[in-house]
Amino acid sequence: MKKLLSLSLLGLAVAAASSAQARDYDNVRIGVDVPYEPMEFRTAEGELTGFDIDLGNELCDRMGVTCEWVEQEWDGIIPGLMSRNYDAIMSSMTINDERREQVLFSDPYITMPSAWFAASDLGISEATEETLEGMTIGVQRGTLQDNYVTDNFSDVADISRYSTADDMVLDMEAERLDIVFLDFPIGQSTLLESEEAEYVVVGERISEPKEYFGDGFGIAFRQRDEALAEKFNEALAEVQEDGTYDEIYTRYFGEEDAE
Amino acid sequence: MLDISTWFNDLLAGNTIFTADTLGYYWEGLVTTTQLVFLSLIAGLILAVPLAIMRSSKHKWISLPVYLYTYVFRGTPLLIQLYIIYYGVVFIDGIQETFLWPVLREAFYPALIAFTLNTAAYTTEIFRGAIKATAQGEIEAARAYGMSPRLMMRRIILPSAFRRALPAYGNEVIFMLHASAIASVVTLMDLTGAARFVYARYYAPFEAFLFVAAIYLCLTFAILFFFRYLEKKLLAHLRPQDA
Repeated sequence: MKKLLSLSLLGLAVAAASSAQARDYDNVRIGVDVPYEPMEFRTAEGELTGFDIDLGNELCDRMGVTCEWVEQEWDGIIPGLMSRNYDAIMSSMTINDERREQVLFSDPYITMPSAWFAASDLGISEATEETLEGMTIGVQRGTLQDNYVTDNFSDVADISRYSTADDMVLDMEAERLDIVFLDFPIGQSTLLESEEAEYVVVGERISEPKEYFGDGFGIAFRQRDEALAEKFNEALAEVQEDGTYDEIYTRYFGEEDAE
Repeated sequence: MLDISTWFNDLLAGNTIFTADTLGYYWEGLVTTTQLVFLSLIAGLILAVPLAIMRSSKHKWISLPVYLYTYVFRGTPLLIQLYIIYYGVVFIDGIQETFLWPVLREAFYPALIAFTLNTAAYTTEIFRGAIKATAQGEIEAARAYGMSPRLMMRRIILPSAFRRALPAYGNEVIFMLHASAIASVVTLMDLTGAARFVYARYYAPFEAFLFVAAIYLCLTFAILFFFRYLEKKLLAHLRPQDA
């Protein structure tokens, strides 16, 4: 009798656990690396805002769930998802094969090229192994830009890796770095609009090869959370359909430049 | 030579994280960490000896400035000191034009300066304690011999103080090795920097950090061993004698 009781209790516990697994996500925590202007940053009043934030909140509204943003430095953002510190990552994360092995991506919600930025007096017009010889290149640690620069230029140049994009911009202004490689809109809003010095884009914007630069930005989920990803995809399609997406896009990137 | 490299490549073929490339980063990190810790300890030690003597002075105007220095550097986190010396200095107008810039531009030297000042502060206090603890009898004996304060410091107080300070200083060396792990926040590729790089690239926190922890353990073990040897040598007169 006792055994039967404990068995049925066990069964109850398992049932409870599995229903918790399949819970209808009504509270979703989203990991984000701040600041990464204009994608995610804080206003002077300390309020979290940016393209990802606005779009993310809109998607949550459509799905009828409450979303909570959890700040996490970039180099630990995927491990943080795995260890359940949050349920999704919406932080300008490029979809590529290396990451696909770790996480499940939503449909891409924006595509964005990378670019080289340097002080206008650096005097090179494109970034190649020859022109970058002996220079100090700044990248954010663990980004696809880091991978690209590490694989292609570590033999000829020094690479400085930063935890946040802000520290990197600070060192660019301090003249510790010769050139940095980052997402184009980030460089645009932090360096091109900087009042400290005059910066320019060196060469073309870069989005090839796909092996590094992937297929646009996506929202990342744990592999098994397919239902959640599906819900985000549906909401995203809806937002893109009815023009809300364009409205948010224009808020941060203006009319031109739309790809 | 070729044999060794093929053997090594075969050994590494089985995994995706510890390739010859990433081991290269760890090696680079080991070199940077060792350089940084070793140089800052040497410089800190050289600074600490005169500072400790000043700190034990009876004259307030000599001991107080040293006290203030050790108070500030022991009273604030090393990480903050490093931030101030690395990111803070660039806000001094025109620093880029001075002779200091070639030094401050590299991440290595600001880190070295911060670590040196920090360890010098702790070492000063360790030595001061040891100087203060000199047996009164030894000092009286030295006086009775007519030694000048200077000679007494050199022949009697310092040699015995250094011996007494040895175990505590050994700890400080280990603390310094572990504190150096923060060097990666200013882009230095030290051991921890290498681990963070591997972690971020392969999303493998366990492998990346366990491996680097093992390296730190080996380094700590070497330091412990060295200090035990020194203590055996220099503190031989304090051990109970076997028959």
